[in-house]
Formats: sequence, structure tokens, C-alpha cells
Amino acid sequence: MIFEGIKQAFWLLVHGDPQIIKIASLSLLVSGAATLLSLLVGIPAGSALGLVRFPGRKFLVSLVNTGMGLPPVVVGLVVSIFLWRNGPLGILHLLYTPSAMVIAQFIISFPIVAGFTMAATQQLDPKLSLQILSLGASRVQLVWLLLKEARLPLLAAIMAGFGAVISEVGASMMVGGNIFGQTRVLTTAIVGENSKGDFSYAIALSVILLALVFLVNFVLTLVQQRSKSR
Amino acid sequence: MSHPQTDLRPMIEAKDLSVSYGGQKVLDVPSLEVHHNEVFVIIGPNGSGKTTLLLCLTRLTSPQTGTVSYRGVPVLDNKAVLQLHRKLAVVFQESLLLNTSVWDNVTLGLRLRNFSRDEVKARARKWLERFGIASLARRQARTLSSGEAKRASLARAFVLQPEVLFLDEPFTALDSPTRQALLEDFESVLNETRITTVMVTHDRNEALVLADRVTVLMNGRIAQIGTPAEVFSSPADEKVASFVEAGNILRGVVTAQDKGLATIQVGSQSIDASSEVVPGTDVIVLLPYDDVTIMLPSPEKVCSSARNCLTGEVLKVFPIGSQVRVTVDCGFPIVALVTRRSAEEMGLTKGTQVYASFKAVSTRVIKRH
Repeated sequence: MIFEGIKQAFWLLVHGDPQIIKIASLSLLVSGAATLLSLLVGIPAGSALGLVRFPGRKFLVSLVNTGMGLPPVVVGLVVSIFLWRNGPLGILHLLYTPSAMVIAQFIISFPIVAGFTMAATQQLDPKLSLQILSLGASRVQLVWLLLKEARLPLLAAIMAGFGAVISEVGASMMVGGNIFGQTRVLTTAIVGENSKGDFSYAIALSVILLALVFLVNFVLTLVQQRSKSR
Repeated sequence: MSHPQTDLRPMIEAKDLSVSYGGQKVLDVPSLEVHHNEVFVIIGPNGSGKTTLLLCLTRLTSPQTGTVSYRGVPVLDNKAVLQLHRKLAVVFQESLLLNTSVWDNVTLGLRLRNFSRDEVKARARKWLERFGIASLARRQARTLSSGEAKRASLARAFVLQPEVLFLDEPFTALDSPTRQALLEDFESVLNETRITTVMVTHDRNEALVLADRVTVLMNGRIAQIGTPAEVFSSPADEKVASFVEAGNILRGVVTAQDKGLATIQVGSQSIDASSEVVPGTDVIVLLPYDDVTIMLPSPEKVCSSARNCLTGEVLKVFPIGSQVRVTVDCGFPIVALVTRRSAEEMGLTKGTQVYASFKAVSTRVIKRH
């Protein structure tokens, strides 16, 4: 049966099954957008937590650490409630759209990215900041150079953030609704096929999902290791 | 360094600097000046506030009170601090290289200061060459040995041709041969460039070799400022003495060298010391007080394995605890620490004729520039 599934996956891919391509590309699009957003917000937030001492920092750090293990279904529930038609943000009519999924996945990956960035910047020698400042760096140049210095663990932040949301199913199901042609992504499709008993199709989707995750991580790892050995 | 001769204002002037951590004052310096083109060395025991003082002078940290002025202009706001940083260079105990090539590290400061590409190239080449690491330019910084990394961090500072060079225990983390080689290179570069230098160290030998002026920091306060000779041979108080004083400091010239035994002319006397230094070299001979033996002249000939036996007259007898500090004039003063009982039994007083004896291996010889 597994072999059948892999065969079918291969067949679907080779023939460019439009349904599969649509599902896979939506997966990439939604999770890619969510990861990008969480990088934009998470890297500055994580750097601030890692590099600057300010009152309330410890509280925020534990908040981020908790967020790194946030159950996707809880995120899905909260986002659903907010976006519900008569909920606080119901007026936006976002529920059961890809945007809702991006929001939910952003909430999942943001603490992961922030947490990894915090750890990456914290492990830098505190005297390195003084050295860079003494070379004549402005504050902005300082932060840029420190992030560059922490680039290897930062790539790990991207991988972890993306890995968490591309493989997440609970929140996407709850806020996206697994609507065929609109909000169906690889994970939700796998759940659907599985419950229909169409295992070989589910296996085919899983293989594609794994291949996608592998490919993205492979590329990032190449970048990471190349900059390490350069 | 536009007009070092005409600029009468001190290069650095600190007023009323203080820093406290948790209610405890770790730095309290009412006034401090660093002159143009001098090598100013800050020494003191661990935790005496040396690094804090250096960070305040560079304005890498802000003192809680007080001001730091450069050429008479106080550094007040953040903009002035950035401008100040772009005139200085700081070398820390750790090499603190970024994870990139040696070239990128050495040129980083110049690029941050917006120098032209040609200028960056020319200066980097010159200083990589000067510190003997030109062949390492393309290497990754983290593949360097600790000595090479230190050379890279010194090159990164000197390419900036700073108005003031700050160093915080730059050679402490290196092993002894590496350190000796680097210290000699560094010393000759300092003599060539005459950059105004502020250096923190706890190594009194480094201070002796490099300093124009020395300040001793004790518990965050300046205990003494003076030339190395003043500070080391006449410490201001007992605390300074116990930190800086460990032995006699004799200045001389090597006159002969025989298989690791150097003959050194000190004043009118000649002494033997274990050293490979070649004849004609100006040297400083360090001789611990403990290693000097005082003997009374006797009619029988005394046989001793000690290479040195100088005649002299006791100048001063000064008791410290259970010991007595005896100063003997052998053409130059030599201090010996003897037990109080020995001093009493020998009847040592001012004017007693004695021999001061010490082994050649007890000495330590340092080259002077």
C-alpha cells in the first residue's frame, strides 16, 4: 500500500496533476508568507530580547519560550474566535481564507523565530558589541553586523519556523476550513483523504509534503554550510 | 594628530568620573590627563576598575558622573560619542574577530569610517605586512591561532591610524613565547608611530618596557601617577608598594655574553645574569628582594656559588612585619629582604659595610628600546 502510494505520488507529480500542484503551491505560499512575516517581526524582536537589557525582559523571554511550544489547535481556536463573523475582527471577512491561515501560521512561527534569534544573539560575546562600536559602527550597523555574525543559527531559525508551519494541520484546518480549491493545503488534504480511506492518495500527498520540506531545508542547509566553510 | 606641538590641551582629560554597581563605587577618578603622543599605562590588581576606566575614557560605557574631553572638547551626546569612536581604536584581551576573512576583519573599521576603497586597500596591506600576517589575509578568522588572531586584531586597530589607541590587557591570554614575539613587534610599532596610547595591564614588566607614564589603580581610585621609575622605585603608599614592588630594577648595558650568561654593566659595577641578550643591548635587570643575601665581610675567604657579590654600605634599614628591608649602596641601591633576627644578629645599621650577593639565575633581563 505504501509502495502504491509512492508510485501514485510519482505519477501525480510527473503528470503535473493540476489539483496536486494547486494544493502544494498553496501550502508553499501560505507557509512561506507566514514564515517571511515572522522573520520580519521575529528577528528584530529576538535581537532586542537577546542583546538589550530592559525591565520586563525576563517576562517577555518566558512568553516567547512558551510560545515556541504553542499548540496549533489552540492558535486555530483563538484566531477563529477573533475572525468569527460576529467576533472582534469578523468585519474583515477573513475566516476560511488563505489570509486567515497566514495569520494563524504567523502566530505559530513568530515565537519560534524570535526564540531562535534570541538564543543566537545571546551566545555572542558581549564584548563583541563593544569592539564593533569602537570600530566606528552606528547602532544600526552594530545590529546588522551582530546578525551577520549569528547568521548560522539564524538560518536554523528560518528552518524551524518554516518547518513548524508547513507541517502544521490543526490551525489551518480550523481557520482555513480545507475548502477545495481555496484553502486546501497538503496537510489538511492528507487529513481529508485519510478520513475518506483513500490511503494511497494520502501517502502520495505526504511524500510530496516531505519532499517539499526536505527541499527547502536542503537549500537552507547548503547556504548555511557554505557560509560556514567559506 | 594634526598639530601635536601646538596643541597644548591634553589629548584626553577626564573630570569627576564615577561608576557604581549596586551602590558600590567601582570607579572614582576626580581628574586624569593623557598627554599627546605618550604611552599611558594603567596598572592595578584584578577588580581595581582598570577596564571600567578604559571603557569610560573611550565612552564605550557612560560614567554615571563626570565628563571626558578630547583636545579640550567634552564628549556629551550620542553623536559626539560616535564621532569619538571613529577617531579611536580599541584592542581587547580577546581578539574578538568576526566570523569572516582576516581581510574583512582588518578593513571593517575603515569601511565603517567611509574610507575610499584605495585607501582601505593600501592601509590594510601595509599593516597586515607590518604584523607579519599578509599571507593570512584570505584565511577565515576562526582558523587562526591565538597569536595570529591577536596580530589581526592589532592590525585592525592600527589601520585606523587612530588619534588614541586603547588596549585592555592585549597580551594576557597568549602563551609566553608568542607573547614575547608579539610584544617586541608591538613595541617597535609604537615607537615608530608614536600614537597616543592608553594601555591597561596587570603585568608590571609590560608597563616598565612600554610606559612613558604609569598610573596605579586601587579599588577604583588612582593611588599614584608617575614615570615607571617613580612608581616602581618609590611607591606612594604600602598598598601600591605591595602591588608594584617585587624587586630591584637595575638599568644597564650588556658588555659580554657567554653561553647564556650575560655580563651587564650597571653603574660602576658589573653583574652576571642569566640571559641570551647580545652585548651592546640596553637592558633592565629585575632582581627580587628575596633573592638578595646580605653578608658581613670576614677575614676568611667565603666561597659561594652565587655569581654576584657586590660590596656596599647599608643606606637604610626599614622593618616590615617580621622582615627588614635593607637598602645597600653598591654604587646603585640594592634592596634585600632579610629576617628581623638576622638583621639584629648581624648588627645591620646605616653605614655597615656588607656584601650583597645574588645568583645569576635569580635575575630577569628585559631588553629596553
